Amino acid sequence: MTFTIPIENGNGVKDAEADSQRTLYPYVTGTSVVAIKYKDGILMASDMGGSYGSTLRYKNIERVKAIGKHSLLGASGEISDFQEILRYLDELILNDNMWADGNSLGPKEVHNYLTRVMYNRRNKFNPLWNTLVLGGVKNGEKYLGMVSMIGVSFEDNHVATGFGNHLARPILRDEWHEDLSFEDGVKLLEKCMRVLLYRDRSAINKLQISKMTEEGLTVYEPYSLKTFWEFSAFTNPTVGAEGSW
Amino acid sequence: MTKQHANWSPYDNNGGTCVAIAGSDYCVIAADTRMSTGYSILSRDYSKIHKLADKAVLSSSGFQADVKALQKVLKSRHLIYQHQHNKQMSCPAMAQLLSNTLYFKRFFPYYAFNVLGGLDAEGKGCVFTYDAVGSYEKVGYSAQGSGSTLIMPFLDNQLKSPSPLLLPAQDSITPLSEAEAVDLVKTVFASATERDIYTGDKLEIMILKADGIKTELIDLRKD
Repeated sequence: MTFTIPIENGNGVKDAEADSQRTLYPYVTGTSVVAIKYKDGILMASDMGGSYGSTLRYKNIERVKAIGKHSLLGASGEISDFQEILRYLDELILNDNMWADGNSLGPKEVHNYLTRVMYNRRNKFNPLWNTLVLGGVKNGEKYLGMVSMIGVSFEDNHVATGFGNHLARPILRDEWHEDLSFEDGVKLLEKCMRVLLYRDRSAINKLQISKMTEEGLTVYEPYSLKTFWEFSAFTNPTVGAEGSW
Repeated sequence: MTKQHANWSPYDNNGGTCVAIAGSDYCVIAADTRMSTGYSILSRDYSKIHKLADKAVLSSSGFQADVKALQKVLKSRHLIYQHQHNKQMSCPAMAQLLSNTLYFKRFFPYYAFNVLGGLDAEGKGCVFTYDAVGSYEKVGYSAQGSGSTLIMPFLDNQLKSPSPLLLPAQDSITPLSEAEAVDLVKTVFASATERDIYTGDKLEIMILKADGIKTELIDLRKD
């Protein structure tokens, strides 16, 4: 269903000013985030690139951050909006800690909060241009969910944003199973990230994997994947379809 | 300078089909569990059925974020009702509340296609069917969502509703037994799954009776 809704407000004279405050399109963007549940918790991977249109402007952006004691937040889309969301969550976690009641916000709660924030911004026609992945472990219970920029949310055993939905999810549907070991989980994520590297124009070969378990968060050093470009399908792509390109 | 237009849509269709059939002492509410966006599947295991009150169960397809928000609004209004009246809302009361809630956003609608099923005061099954802005009707059976056009004609054929023009008004509650109604639901979903790309994965069936709610989960084609 396509829609063009004129962005209106009742401000009259101040029209142009107020309109310039709304998000129209993203500027600096991050590409896919892929995350899976495994035996001990959650594994989340993303590359460290920030694209400015078709320019690879930033190569050291951490798109996966820890939230409180129990959750990991990964984001694709507009980086500045992601930073804004981190500020919102900082406040949320701070206020939660100030109660000093021994309770802490778990991934389910943070996911719900983010869903409401994204939906409410969409209602005001000023969305946060991100697709968020929220994963975590609390009291032994693993949780992994996703929220889109218009507030669509769900949880599953494996999630991916952007191109990851098209390229990584099918691999995960085929090869993910309950109680993956850490090594198998990382291998699976690497498989997904490699495919994305080959086929996603905005992906870069510098990825960072983060792990959240009951014990806490571990962020691994960025590294690059080994790639092979001599596949016959790459060197001779039109062999099966003469005249194609 | 021309007015700037948004280049994104506040709506999305996450697909799925919902069906409800009312019987003499039961109500069957069913929906598939697939959530899609565009040509991708987001989840194969997403429930579209929500229990609002003991005797009122809502099933909605359409834009999932709006459905979730609508559900939250109804849930909290029901809680307030319980505090004020010291009892659960009846299905017809919830039906009216849902209609009003939808119309409240008449000029920026909840993109939700709802079927409300439950038991009325006498314990008879009742089904209410809605459009996105709150227009509703009490019926004996209904289908909404992406597969509704495939399912509704078949239900009309099988459940042979008496003409709404007859006086005095005749009940459209089906004389079918609970088992027959559940079987019919499984059949229509199997058919809808064949031809509707947004319907499939699993079928969730909730059967409401005076003594409680039973749930069944059945596999559907995943392609």
